[in-house]
Amino acid sequence: MTIAPITPYHYLALSAALFMIGVMGVMLRRNIIIVFMSIELMLNAVNINLAAFSTQWQNAVGQVFAIFVIAVAAAEAAVGLGIILAFYRNKDTLDVDEMNIMRW
Amino acid sequence: MNFIWLIPLVPAVGAVLLGLVGIRWFSRTASAAVACGSMAIALALSIVAFVQLVQLPPDVRVHDVVLGNWIPPIPLATATGIGSFQVPWAVRLDPLSAVMILVVTGVGFLIHVYSTAYMLDEPRGAYARFFCYLNLFCFFMLTLVLGANIPVMFVGWEGVGLCSYLLIGFWYEKQSASDAGKKAFIVNRIGDWGFILGMMMVFYVFGTLDFRAVSQAVQAMPTETAGFGAISIICLLLFIGATGKSAQIPLYVWLPDAMEGPTPVSALIHAATMVTAGVYMMARTSALFIHAPLVMTIVAVIGGVTAFVAATIGLVQNDIKRVLAYSTVSQLGYMFLATGVGAFAAGIFHLTTHAFFKALLFLGGGSVIHAMAGEQNMQRMGGLRRHLPVTYATMLIGTLAIAGIPPFAGFFSKDEILYRAFLGYHVMWFLAVVTALLTAFYMYRLLSLTFLGSYRGPAWATHASPAAVVEAAIHGVAHPVDAHAHGQAQRKEHEVTHGAADVTTAVWHGPHESPRAMTVPLIALAIGAVFAGFIGIPAVLGGGNALERFLEPSVAGPAHSAETSAAGAAAHHESGESSSVEWVLMLVSVGVAAAGILGARHFYLTNPAIPQRLAHAWPRTYALLLNKYYVDEAYDATVVQGTMAASRGLRAFDRAVIDGAVDGSGWLTRIAAWCAHMIDKYIVDGLVNLVGWMASEGSLMLRRLQTGLVQNYALMMLAGVFVFLTLVLLAH
Repeated sequence: MTIAPITPYHYLALSAALFMIGVMGVMLRRNIIIVFMSIELMLNAVNINLAAFSTQWQNAVGQVFAIFVIAVAAAEAAVGLGIILAFYRNKDTLDVDEMNIMRW
Repeated sequence: MNFIWLIPLVPAVGAVLLGLVGIRWFSRTASAAVACGSMAIALALSIVAFVQLVQLPPDVRVHDVVLGNWIPPIPLATATGIGSFQVPWAVRLDPLSAVMILVVTGVGFLIHVYSTAYMLDEPRGAYARFFCYLNLFCFFMLTLVLGANIPVMFVGWEGVGLCSYLLIGFWYEKQSASDAGKKAFIVNRIGDWGFILGMMMVFYVFGTLDFRAVSQAVQAMPTETAGFGAISIICLLLFIGATGKSAQIPLYVWLPDAMEGPTPVSALIHAATMVTAGVYMMARTSALFIHAPLVMTIVAVIGGVTAFVAATIGLVQNDIKRVLAYSTVSQLGYMFLATGVGAFAAGIFHLTTHAFFKALLFLGGGSVIHAMAGEQNMQRMGGLRRHLPVTYATMLIGTLAIAGIPPFAGFFSKDEILYRAFLGYHVMWFLAVVTALLTAFYMYRLLSLTFLGSYRGPAWATHASPAAVVEAAIHGVAHPVDAHAHGQAQRKEHEVTHGAADVTTAVWHGPHESPRAMTVPLIALAIGAVFAGFIGIPAVLGGGNALERFLEPSVAGPAHSAETSAAGAAAHHESGESSSVEWVLMLVSVGVAAAGILGARHFYLTNPAIPQRLAHAWPRTYALLLNKYYVDEAYDATVVQGTMAASRGLRAFDRAVIDGAVDGSGWLTRIAAWCAHMIDKYIVDGLVNLVGWMASEGSLMLRRLQTGLVQNYALMMLAGVFVFLTLVLLAH
């Protein structure tokens, strides 16, 4: 069986699908951990894009950039999880709807 | 003679002492001692100065003392370029001022002594105040006569006016007294206006204000026979000043009213000294007047007419002091007449003799008023000769002196004036002779009504019948109760304001002779009234005209006027004829004086019904004279009412136009301010508030977007991205 060659469109479609899943997760989920994970999903969708175009254009800068994104995401995960932990200790909940004190 | 500046200063020290310390703390005796003592010192100094002056040769009889600089040199424009306006505090002793200081200190001292008794019923403080004013007056009067230049004289001139005002209004609780004081002051201001203008004019024309320098400068100028030049204007202005001070037509109206003051004041200020200041001033500036014959004519006419008019008023007055007041105006008219015909020395001569006999008459009048417990109406007197022998004798001498009976003082001085007036203007001589007749008449009338005939006054209590006193007290018989009061009403006012006076309110025991302190000055003045004339016996009677010779260096005498005045020249060239004319004139004047006295004797003693019949026969004339020609009323209707009307007009103008403009501008400002307020409030503030309101309302709406929910924000971001992408894609 012949497998159709993987073209940049496939990568882009995958990336877009993954990104939209992340967006939906951020928008719709109540649990902040899930929201956080959805953000990671969106980042990785971007990474896929970067890697795909890097391959496409035979330019390593895109993959290097992806590595940077992963590093930043790791740092962000550390900070984000710290905030979540602090929030949980204060509110005894992880519900995003309860995070509403920064309002008018 | 370097001490002459002390002469005015001693009374000044007395006045300051009495004013600052005396009113509060001095006893009556101490006040009297300070006042009389200072005057005695001044008199002694004056006599010494006079003696020293007489010992000098006649042509160097002048002594100046400069005490300091008053006004430092100021460059000021004059007719001949830029002059230096400079006034030193300078006093000058020369024959004229020497005579005057003797008169002022001599008569002044006697009147001070007299006042110590006359004013004894005043409260202690008022007693000291009276002597304070009296001393102050003497200071200013001596400054006036000793001043070597016009401004220093003017200081004295104004000062005596002030003291006159203070002393006329001495009984200031009495409305009429304070009114009279104001009247005197205001009328004098009108005259002073002329004096000040004259003074300015003198500086402008001559560049100096020193009397001697002015006299010398004017010698070089031509006599203004034809026209009305600068010198004539100066003289006219100075004459206006003199009419105010010396109570001549048209400014004489204050002097009769000035009789509201205590009698010694009338004697000192309003008879002997201050009112003669105008005559003195014109004698001082005689060199100017000689050069202005037209003004001299005016002076002579005013003097003669004043003498006549005042004498006619004096005929019918019933108030003893008013008769004497009009007599003073009349005699001052004589002095002006003398001045007007160039007989300055004769004017000063009459001034001197008048000072004696008129002060005597006033003090005698005061003695009568004192004896009658404040009564001044001669119709309620009579027969007082029995009770007041000394007063009567001295008053008789005064009357004979003023009437011009030889050898009393008034005869010589008045006769000199009549003679010189005859040489000048026959009409004026005739007027003066008629006045002499009237003078003799009204003075003997005064004497008759007061001292002779039968007593017409109120009854009095005697020691013998105390019941009568009680009865009188019970029934309130209208007779003076307080033997020493100056009128009942006044006494009551005194008690209201000062508390009860510490005199024993005694029952009036009838007219009584005054105490020694009053009679001795009377006698001294009577001696003066007898002998003062001998200083100026005319050549025709074998005398040497001593006073005229003595005054020659100071005033422009006949020797000078001989060149300028045709009449004077005639007089001295035809001495043989003139001496017979002089004899005739002398006989005429003695004749009219005798006629006046005999007439008054007939009218008021032998046949007292005549005056009443005359009054009934010519009621209009009588009313006219009794009401003093209605001059006061006329002045009131024209000058006073005119001034009031003008004031009212100006007030209306002030309120309508000046205040209206101010009010209008205020109103406009208010309107403008209101507009600005509205603009500020609704436009400027409105804009500011609108911005604030919009920000606040906008934020109220927009803040609802800030839900605090992260997912909302994410949704909005997404929507934004979506919209943005849509726009970008559509654009392509």
